[in-house]
Amino acid sequence: MTAPAPGSGTGPATGIPPAPGHVANKDRSTAPSGTEGGGEYRWPHKHLLSLEELSVQDIRFLLATARGFEDVSTRSVKKVPALRGKVVVNLFFEDSTRTRASFSLAASRLSADILDFAAAGSSISKGETLADTARNIEAMGVDAIVCRHHLSGAAHQLAGAVKCSIINAGDGQHEHPTQGLLDIYTICRRLGRDTYDLSGVTVAIVGDIAHSRVARSNMHGLLKLGAHVILVGPTTLLPASFADMGCELSNDFDKALPRADVINMLRIQFERIHSQAFPSVREYAHFFGLTAERMKLAKPGVTVMHPGPVNRGLEIESAVADGPNSAILAQVANGLAVRMAVLYLVTHAPSSNDTKA
Amino acid sequence: MSSLTITQGRVIDPANGIDQTTDVVIADGRIHAIGKTSKPQTDQVFDASGCIVCPGLIDIHVHLREPGQEEKETIATGAAAAVAGGFTSVCCMPNTEPAIDDDGRVDFVYHQAARAGLANVFPVGAVTKERAGKELAEIGLMAAAGAVGFSDDGIAVASAGMMAKALAYIAMTGKVLMQHCEDPEIGGGVMNAGALATRLGLAGWPKVAEELIIQRDTLLNLSQNIGARYHVQHVSSGGSVALIRRARHDLFGQAHITAEVSPHHLLLTEESCATYNTQFKMNPPLRTRRDIEELLEGVKDGTITILATDHAPHTQEEKELEFAAAPFGIIGLECALPLYAKALIESGTIDWPAMIAMMTVNSARLCQLEGRGELSPGSHADVTVINPKEPWTIDVDKFKSKSRNCPFHGWDVSGRAIATIVGGQLKHCLDGKRLGRHTSPRDTKIKIAEDLIAP
Repeated sequence: MTAPAPGSGTGPATGIPPAPGHVANKDRSTAPSGTEGGGEYRWPHKHLLSLEELSVQDIRFLLATARGFEDVSTRSVKKVPALRGKVVVNLFFEDSTRTRASFSLAASRLSADILDFAAAGSSISKGETLADTARNIEAMGVDAIVCRHHLSGAAHQLAGAVKCSIINAGDGQHEHPTQGLLDIYTICRRLGRDTYDLSGVTVAIVGDIAHSRVARSNMHGLLKLGAHVILVGPTTLLPASFADMGCELSNDFDKALPRADVINMLRIQFERIHSQAFPSVREYAHFFGLTAERMKLAKPGVTVMHPGPVNRGLEIESAVADGPNSAILAQVANGLAVRMAVLYLVTHAPSSNDTKA
Repeated sequence: MSSLTITQGRVIDPANGIDQTTDVVIADGRIHAIGKTSKPQTDQVFDASGCIVCPGLIDIHVHLREPGQEEKETIATGAAAAVAGGFTSVCCMPNTEPAIDDDGRVDFVYHQAARAGLANVFPVGAVTKERAGKELAEIGLMAAAGAVGFSDDGIAVASAGMMAKALAYIAMTGKVLMQHCEDPEIGGGVMNAGALATRLGLAGWPKVAEELIIQRDTLLNLSQNIGARYHVQHVSSGGSVALIRRARHDLFGQAHITAEVSPHHLLLTEESCATYNTQFKMNPPLRTRRDIEELLEGVKDGTITILATDHAPHTQEEKELEFAAAPFGIIGLECALPLYAKALIESGTIDWPAMIAMMTVNSARLCQLEGRGELSPGSHADVTVINPKEPWTIDVDKFKSKSRNCPFHGWDVSGRAIATIVGGQLKHCLDGKRLGRHTSPRDTKIKIAEDLIAP
């Protein structure tokens, strides 16, 4: 498996941005190269629905593309015309300030037109189905829909109902692929894994694994890139079936912590307390909170991550969240580059609207 | 009244141990005789050569949605779907809006069915008022009005205390309590619990939620020892089969425990849910290959004695919702017969007579439908003619049901009801060429609507 070298070639971000009206094939010739050694790789996915469905090569190519886009943010003119004339819709059925802002900024840096569409609650209440909503939006002539939904599978169902690209920005408890990708990108950058190979790296994901889409996306991506994944949490939040997929399960954070190169702390979902997945926040924080005291058990260079927003003092103490090991703000910054890469690739995939035009 | 002879069919009447090629004579809405007729004397003759002639099929578990959800199905459209699928009688569940939980609503079902004039429709009354699980419904009055059983289907009678009372009270009426076996706290998910549900991020509905209720109800039945009749609806778990097998042994002579299985639980597995296709969202959910094997074993050894579709119509827009938000269930009346044949006969599990028994006499006995489910002289002339070899493709757009939610759309199957006779009247006929008016066309009262006869 040959990974594209980061920054190799003159990507649309690092080099001269493709002129508007470029067809996909021509654009691709200037995209980060995935052609070193072996046949020409082409990003094949019109939609980004999950990391489970991506191949190792897809993930590496996407991360290499993100690497190319990363530099756009550091320029004085933070914009490339890669998606000029394209329309990207943020279709959010569930509140999200950060993810939406990140996608909006990513799209605007690619010169796309952006429409924010907040759809309230479950579609059952309005007499309009999910597919109706999406088809209505699509009728306005959009190229990509970024969808956030509180129910699992919503993005898959949308992809079956519309012709434009669908990007899953989090669906229920299923996946949050761009979060997974930006987490993995952050790990690779932090650990200097420039070929996006995580062999020999141990990542601990701590918290409510059972209900976390972030955990699922991370898990699929990390396993594919060769990392060892330890899922840490109370048994009530730790699905045994993830062991069959190759993860290690642990109830003992103190034992897992010293072995980890990366710790990804998930946010406590307070509704889990009502379902009695654990007895109290206090008890949870005692066993699974990342305190400064507990950090003493960790490797000195350990990377601490959190998808945000952080419950300071609960799953993670401020001293740790803001400390030298924290990559939390780097995650946010990297999120932009990763989402630019995703928007760019799905709208230029062979079966996307673009190539038919 | 008209008369009809069905000639040259393979007559299978499990109640009377009949399986032979012969004729069935119908007169005045009743079975007149079984046996060779050298020259039929009836007004009409139906040539059933190459076909199975059996008691009209009975489905003890359907949802006809009336009153309250007529956008999904009505008693009339449900009855039309029934006869199109070969069913002469159906028992409809009380989870309507409002629920069928008093004698007036039981009456309403009978009236609507009579107006439709297609299949026999027998209402199942609710166990508890509004199916809320808190207070007993007017079980005695409903039984007097003709309720053929009691169920809170869609949900279980969850409280053990309420269930103990319900078993005791229903035992007085002699009717059967049909339980939707799902512990509401352990169950309640949207697909089979397990690795796939975890990966998909969908809430699981584990088998143990079904098994717990079966086990609990069996123990209640044993402890009360009052001869209650208890029926497990739509068994989905292999573990349940083992529990029912054991309970049928333990309760022998003391109580009556039976179970039914639906076509989808015999043919489909949870893997179908992997693309979030809501046509595969059922309650109880689709399980695993292993469960299917154990269900087949249960059918083979007589643990499961009844086949029932759980015909559950829903509108297209409801099924277009997100997987977690979409309603449970699929329609089954118009494709159940070939699907059962595929699952049970083509797999070598049982033969046609055994399968027909599970769709006729066993069902009739469970719901005490007297004079139905058999071809004894004097019984109701409810008869189904099946061409067991007819190949066809399931096409939901041709269904008589008001709904289209069927995951078997496009399946190539074989076996089909080519004629359905209810009370001596031909209500469904796919092959008009087989029907002939005999010698004396004097009787203009014979009414066979032309639209019932397919070209």
